[in-house]
Amino acid sequence: MLMTNLEHVETAAQHKEIIENNENVMICAGRMGPMCVPVYAAMEELKEEYPNIKFMDMEFDSPEAHVIRNAPECAGFMGLPFTMYYKNGKVVKATTSIQMKDQIKSILDENLL
Amino acid sequence: MENSYDVIVLGGGAAGLTAGIYLSRAKVKTLILNEGMVGGQMVLTYEIANYPGIELTSGYQLSMTMKKQAESFGCDIKQNINISEVDLSGEIKKVVVGEKTYTSKAIIIASGGRSRNLGVQGEGTFKGRGISYCATCDGDFYTGQDIIVVGGGNSALEEAVSLTKYAKSVTIIHQFDHFQAFEHAIEVAKANEKISFIMKSSIDGFYGDEKVKYVNIKNLETEEVYKKEIDGVFIFIGYAANSDKFKNQVAINNYGEIISDNNMSTNTKGVFVAGDVREKKIRQITTAVSDGAIAAVNTIEYIQK
Repeated sequence: MLMTNLEHVETAAQHKEIIENNENVMICAGRMGPMCVPVYAAMEELKEEYPNIKFMDMEFDSPEAHVIRNAPECAGFMGLPFTMYYKNGKVVKATTSIQMKDQIKSILDENLL
Repeated sequence: MENSYDVIVLGGGAAGLTAGIYLSRAKVKTLILNEGMVGGQMVLTYEIANYPGIELTSGYQLSMTMKKQAESFGCDIKQNINISEVDLSGEIKKVVVGEKTYTSKAIIIASGGRSRNLGVQGEGTFKGRGISYCATCDGDFYTGQDIIVVGGGNSALEEAVSLTKYAKSVTIIHQFDHFQAFEHAIEVAKANEKISFIMKSSIDGFYGDEKVKYVNIKNLETEEVYKKEIDGVFIFIGYAANSDKFKNQVAINNYGEIISDNNMSTNTKGVFVAGDVREKKIRQITTAVSDGAIAAVNTIEYIQK
């Protein structure tokens, strides 16, 4: 299990339910490695600043995470974590590898506000 | 006053957190300011097996324990902030973060180092799409593929060996004609059948579509540039000291490292330094912890004079 203070997406069914029932969602699919942990930390801090966005994580190695691993927006991705941004159930942005808090904020401001 | 402290520690890695622990435990009002996630380079380390007293841990876990310890003694810690200005000139030091100005009687600079980039075409574009800086994180994406490792120190050679668990072939590219790594690491890499070497060379650019397809390699002696098709590149070319904010305020050597004496004092009154940003030979968590403790004790003596 990911040792973060974020809510976790556990199943593909839950993933579908979350993006369908929440207008703005950010999900980081990773492990507890050096490229992933800073993203979770940034998300934990951004939760209060962006109350209209749902911030969650998902274990990259879980079989259920195929919904992110195999997403067409992740074609060519070869660096953890895979981070997805959803607006009204659709992917509006996907990033690979580490992103700093400022970079994440730019994406949120551009796509999920 | 709310933003006024006895000591401000600039940096929340091993050195900064240790200084925070020692200062706060001595009832010194302390603030740690960290521009990224607290833990610094420790967080970049998946597995730590040589920290005395702890058989095996992760960099993340060790960071969080140090943070918790510092906070338990009353240390204030702010992370993921941007420090726009630092003024070390007066008796009272000032640090500007957004609209706030924090002041203190003394400062410990523990700003550490950052991974070096090659700074060539395509490096930003293909980050995570064939370029990686973490073998443990991304190695399995390259199972059965041909990869390059750039670098000549311990990290480059050790990670190249670990990547042979996944990759079909690993080519180490290094700018010099010899390695800077420990002899044992060099021997292990040279004995590995999957590893080959291109010396006195560097990567000139990354090219591809949705991921890296090939790189241009430049022979630094002949200046010949040629193409090499590749599935991925791992870059381990060392760290640069984070000392830009302190230029012209403390003495800095040609490598950007802050100069200090054995008491961690810089040439500026009331300014101390600890950890990887300091001019020193050995950069380990243990030496950063030592620096942090020494800096803290000497800072306490300074502010009590």
